[in-house]
Amino acid sequence: MEFLNWVRGPGLEYATVIFLVGILMRFLEMWLIGRKPDLSRPRASASRAGWRAVWRRSLPSEGLMKNSPLVMIAGYVFHIGFLLVLLFYVPHIHFFKDVLGFGWSGLPTPVINFLSILTIAALVALLIHRLIDPVRRFLSTSQDYIVWAVTTLPVVTGYMAMHMDVMPYTTMLALHILSVEILMVVFPFTKLMHAFTFAVSRYYNGAAMGRKGVQL
Amino acid sequence: MSPSLERGINAFVNQIDGPIASYFNSCVHCGMCAHACLFYTETGDPKYTPIYKTEPLRRAWKQNFTFWGRLLSKLGLDKKITDEELAEWETLIYDGCTLCGRCTAVCPVGNDITYMIRKSREAMAASGHAPEGLKMATTRAIEIGSPMGVTIDTLKAQIKHTEKETGLTVPLDVQGAEYLMLLSSAEIAQFNEIIGAVTEIFDRAGVSWTLSSTAFEATNSGIQIGSADLAAELVQRIVDSAERLGVRTVISPECGHAYTALRWEGPNLIGRSYSFEVKHILEVLDELRADGRLQTSGRESARVTFHDPCQLVRRGGVVQQPRSLLNMVADDFVEMPDAGVMNWCCGGGGGVSANERANPLRAQVFSRKKRQLDGLQVEKLVTACSNCRNMLEEGLEENHMEDIEVVGLTELLAEYLPEKK
Amino acid sequence: MTRPTLAQQLARQGISRRAFLKFCAATASMMALPPTMAPAIAEALGKRTRPSIIWLSFQECTGCTESLTRSHSPTVENLIFDLISLDYHHTLQAAAGEAAELAREQAMEEGGYLVLVDGSIPVADGGVYSTIAGMTNLDMLAHTVKDAAAVVAIGTCAAFGGIPKADPNPTGAKSVAALMADGSIASKPLINVSGCPPIPVVITGVLAHYLTFGTVPELDDLGRPRAYFGDSIHDRCYRRPFYDAGKFAKTFDDEGARKGWCLYELGCKGPTTHNACATAKWNMGTSFPIESGHGCIGCSEPDFWDAGSFYKPLSAATGDLSGLAGGAIAAGAVAGAAAGLYARSQKHKAAASREKMTVDDLKD
Repeated sequence: MEFLNWVRGPGLEYATVIFLVGILMRFLEMWLIGRKPDLSRPRASASRAGWRAVWRRSLPSEGLMKNSPLVMIAGYVFHIGFLLVLLFYVPHIHFFKDVLGFGWSGLPTPVINFLSILTIAALVALLIHRLIDPVRRFLSTSQDYIVWAVTTLPVVTGYMAMHMDVMPYTTMLALHILSVEILMVVFPFTKLMHAFTFAVSRYYNGAAMGRKGVQL
Repeated sequence: MSPSLERGINAFVNQIDGPIASYFNSCVHCGMCAHACLFYTETGDPKYTPIYKTEPLRRAWKQNFTFWGRLLSKLGLDKKITDEELAEWETLIYDGCTLCGRCTAVCPVGNDITYMIRKSREAMAASGHAPEGLKMATTRAIEIGSPMGVTIDTLKAQIKHTEKETGLTVPLDVQGAEYLMLLSSAEIAQFNEIIGAVTEIFDRAGVSWTLSSTAFEATNSGIQIGSADLAAELVQRIVDSAERLGVRTVISPECGHAYTALRWEGPNLIGRSYSFEVKHILEVLDELRADGRLQTSGRESARVTFHDPCQLVRRGGVVQQPRSLLNMVADDFVEMPDAGVMNWCCGGGGGVSANERANPLRAQVFSRKKRQLDGLQVEKLVTACSNCRNMLEEGLEENHMEDIEVVGLTELLAEYLPEKK
Repeated sequence: MTRPTLAQQLARQGISRRAFLKFCAATASMMALPPTMAPAIAEALGKRTRPSIIWLSFQECTGCTESLTRSHSPTVENLIFDLISLDYHHTLQAAAGEAAELAREQAMEEGGYLVLVDGSIPVADGGVYSTIAGMTNLDMLAHTVKDAAAVVAIGTCAAFGGIPKADPNPTGAKSVAALMADGSIASKPLINVSGCPPIPVVITGVLAHYLTFGTVPELDDLGRPRAYFGDSIHDRCYRRPFYDAGKFAKTFDDEGARKGWCLYELGCKGPTTHNACATAKWNMGTSFPIESGHGCIGCSEPDFWDAGSFYKPLSAATGDLSGLAGGAIAAGAVAGAAAGLYARSQKHKAAASREKMTVDDLKD
């Protein structure tokens, strides 16, 4: 109980501060390097293509489906599942409502239950694939595995907390919140940053291609 | 000052910008770029994974532009970039990458990996880790005016030859012409029919154009080796000549990287925009077609396909034009799998063809092109880049597929010009 | 003087054997013992002489005593209490002043007595915040516990510090367990009967167990008898099916509230609170807080007063995150701007020290 009080109180406060300060710092540190203006005469609007790319690259492409179907499918399942569980589980919405001042309606618990299992399955599949696929195994550094672990833990502990009979709820809830705090603390200093920078990267790429009249 | 590790690291720092920082922040090692890369798919060696080729650049970014990276390297916990490491990466960055841009096209987080490798080459060249072949080609481009050592005298001989053959005047240094036509060394030295083809097409279309004795070479080895300074010098020659002649448009010939170098990188290399436009020959021809000034008669009966040069489609934005033009004359035009913006590279772009050391690897990865062609049963393989053309001819020969004829699109069109009235 | 046995006392008070057995059966059931144990309990209890009990009240509100004594009269629980030799209890004893303290001293002489404590013990500033007969609570507790057979901490204040220990804890309030742990008082077998106040039947049940078996019952990791604190309120709550079905009252007067849906969203701490309210209930088994329409406030758990609003759901943060966010964003912006400007200066430095490449650089 004291542990739960700590993670719900001071622990969460520390994590939030590190998360926000870290993300803003990393973002500005990156952003402020800047880029030189492109002096070549554009064939088409760069910014429009940039924004288009932010959206377009979220859609599956035929080539990827052919080349790495597992990474593709498991990637979608995990990202979508993770976001839905994070944003639409009722107790989570209460957390956000408390912090942000507004809430939204959630998904029924059995749906969240199912999504959690799917998400965990996709994460496990991605880990196994990372371990056996020659390219991904070759590319992977310890950070890739750390990032996998800190992403997976909140889903697993959350699922266990939701099923209160597995472990005492107080302990599980505390572990769940702690795992989220670990994720928040690790976030700004690892490639988890891609959750924000992906949009920037896609914009830059889309704009660079788009001004040449290439739509990808 | 000679090249050194310090100069190389300095170049890395100079090259890193907001987009590169964002790209490194975004990469999650998903490995999808590997499957888009000719060098990985054809060798199965994970070291050719595109993002892995940017490793030295990533280290430079981390150690100089991130809080943790700076802290770690200050504490000596992050090993510094070494000459040995750069030497190891030299073959990945120059031999194992044609800057074809397929990785950039597939990256789910949107990383422009091609741009990152292009930028890495700046530091590789500054640190003295560029391949011998490219060094020599660039030296010749600067000193002689052409990477293949072609001089104005060679061109003049070709002009005389063309004039005799066509009975038309090939304009040289005509002040106030509308178009300045550039050529690539390969076109002057090997595929010189192109000069006649252009002369005839422009003559029928009534185009005011000229060649320049001070800027006939379109290719830019400075881009390929990764030296912005030398690339700028080569671009400047063209810009000076074009502005002296007062042309409205400079035409980049059937060459992929020459187009991107002049059209997209050029203004940024010399630090100002041009007073003229830059168009690829296919863009000009397609405009003439749309205006009704380019007419053809007769049809090509052979089964043809089109090989999109990477720098024209993915990195250049010239996609539809070759198809419109080809359809003017070809009865049996089939697309190869992945044609258009996702076409596979011939294997010799990005300076790989000038790098003899890479020849065996280049021959190995041609298997991709072979597979694309297998089953199409074409008689002619049309393209719009003399470097691709060279590579395709070599590759087909090695694979005993010489029955497929490789032709330039401009030349093919010239074959079907109506009789002169 | 031989003390009369419990059974004799009960008979003298007019309590039938039948009523006594019923109480024993209820106690057995609460302690999760088989019903066949009831006669054994009755026999054991019946044979016991009145054990001496010293009840010490420190920083408390008398709520715990009220809980016990204000239960409906006359209950067996009450009488059981009357029948133990309650030798010292501020609120209940007739003696006052020196006579009262003398009673305590006398009770202690025999040893083997049971000490019941309610209220937390202030230790800040030499314990001056609460004294009795010129003695600090700590001194009195240390003195009394020294020869005790066991100690029962009655209520959350004695068990965990309770409200006096809540932030900022000006008196330095501590629980009995904390004092045993830091060596301020002698370590004796300790039973925590938490709750603010504890359920009367739980208090008497624990005493009955001790009197029957002469041992401390099985305890959880917080020193509470598992028989009463093993399950969470949520586990045993009659509204649990609504939680599982995702039916929640959104306000205290909406349709969901009227229909008796789960109070999770209104801040119920049932899932993290361990106590017997949902089964033993209050006021002679009439109801418990959730049954009356209010969420559990978690009063039987440590630091319940500092565990965030009673009216915010368990998943909400207890700190002021939105308040912190502003400062964190500002700090991040400053740090980021500094890092960004530093990066730019690096770029400028690199640009300044950059040497133009010439064709000579390509020649070996």
